[in-house]
Amino acid sequence: MRREVPLLITAIVGLTLIVVYFVPHPPFSDLRDLFSDWFGVIAAFAIYLGILSLLKINVDKVYRKKSGWGFSIVTIMGFLLFVSVGLYEGSDFGEYGTSYYYLYDRIYYPLMATMFAILAFFIGSASYRAFRARNLEATVLLLAAFFVMLGRVPIGYYLTSWLPEGFRMGSLADWIMDYPQTAGQRAVMIGIALGIVSTSLRVILGIERTFLGGE
Amino acid sequence: MGFFERLLKIDRRIIFTLIGIAIALPLFFNVSMFVETTPVVKGVYEVVESLPEGSKVLVSFDYDPGSMPELQPMAESFFRHCFSRNLKVIIMGLWPQGPLQANWALDVILNEPDIKAKNLRYGVNYVNLGYTAGNEVVILRMGSNIHAAFPADYYGTPLDDLPIMKGIRNFNNIDFVYNLSAGYPGTMEWVQFAADRFHAVLGAGNTAVQAPLMYPYANTGQLVGILGGMKGAAEYEVLADRPARGVRYMFSQGIAHAVVIFFVILGNVAYFATG
Repeated sequence: MRREVPLLITAIVGLTLIVVYFVPHPPFSDLRDLFSDWFGVIAAFAIYLGILSLLKINVDKVYRKKSGWGFSIVTIMGFLLFVSVGLYEGSDFGEYGTSYYYLYDRIYYPLMATMFAILAFFIGSASYRAFRARNLEATVLLLAAFFVMLGRVPIGYYLTSWLPEGFRMGSLADWIMDYPQTAGQRAVMIGIALGIVSTSLRVILGIERTFLGGE
Repeated sequence: MGFFERLLKIDRRIIFTLIGIAIALPLFFNVSMFVETTPVVKGVYEVVESLPEGSKVLVSFDYDPGSMPELQPMAESFFRHCFSRNLKVIIMGLWPQGPLQANWALDVILNEPDIKAKNLRYGVNYVNLGYTAGNEVVILRMGSNIHAAFPADYYGTPLDDLPIMKGIRNFNNIDFVYNLSAGYPGTMEWVQFAADRFHAVLGAGNTAVQAPLMYPYANTGQLVGILGGMKGAAEYEVLADRPARGVRYMFSQGIAHAVVIFFVILGNVAYFATG
């Protein structure tokens, strides 16, 4: 029963959502709304599950003095600080001038911005070490990157503004983005979509059962 | 070891330092650069221009502070454009941090003299519905009933008590949906559920990393347009004739791109010179 009931729920919900795509009328549309509401409740509970998981892993790491346990203390303290301040301030927690707003503005924002900004340095370093014209494919990729990177910023315009419209760096970058790039993306997206359809059908029909866990 | 061998083994801290200088130094100079506008950005701008006064625009903030440098200028210029055209703005977020990002953008725009003079009122001219857990399923639920997905706004006020929400039930009552996205859930989910399923008119602002993934949707018309990265924000500001942060940061981004290109060329010269 522990496996059959979840499989049955998955099959009923999955098949109903497929049917409602083609027949968006009652009773199927009502069922879609009902399942969506249930999903919202489950998603909200998943947040608590995430919190418990975060605390369990980090408390365990500190307790056992595993490598990097000091960072876990920072994580736990940060979590407790944000949650307690947020709960204390109630529904106005995000308003300008509140303590939560201060924490968000002075701690969370700079930390997140720093994480993202580090990318710029790694891109610079990687472009120097790895972006080599080793063969034809790599050369094509390199040339595309060259034109798009310069064409997407005003410097590209200044370098080629003397050329007629359509031959400037910006136009070339637009062409690369609109045609070869889009064609490549489309192929990848179609491949992913087919994979999703096949996996979804396997899950709905009960062939794929790894999501149930266990053996 | 020859010059080119040494060049190939250059300490990466030197590259980091040069990149840091290339990005940070131009920020101290107020250099106005020419920004070319592209059709994908014009697509979003023209739809907003075509909306009559009082039209309802839904803006979904699906990003966090990590993507602020790129997406916040887009949010600000979009708000400015909407408010200057007397459109009604409904804000929401599929990311928990989204509604707070929206409040930051509102703080900036509502304090600009021309917008302030309009005396815009919360709940009448704009509203923040906050965040609801559920990712794309929230969009699916909004397709039949927005009030079911968001029973109350960010501050706990029931939606039925907000004048701006009167007569709004689902996407049929929304004139334009604009999504600011830095990943999942984001533009792809809005295309799949709001645009394809419920025929919402959809535009998007994405990080530069994400924007190329969305081009197929712009080509098919599922997206009316895309603002890609800080350049997209700068283009929108130019189109709206209100150059702001996006345009100002273009100098820094331009220099940074040029330095990366310089490194690519240098790396290849050293690579071929050493055989």
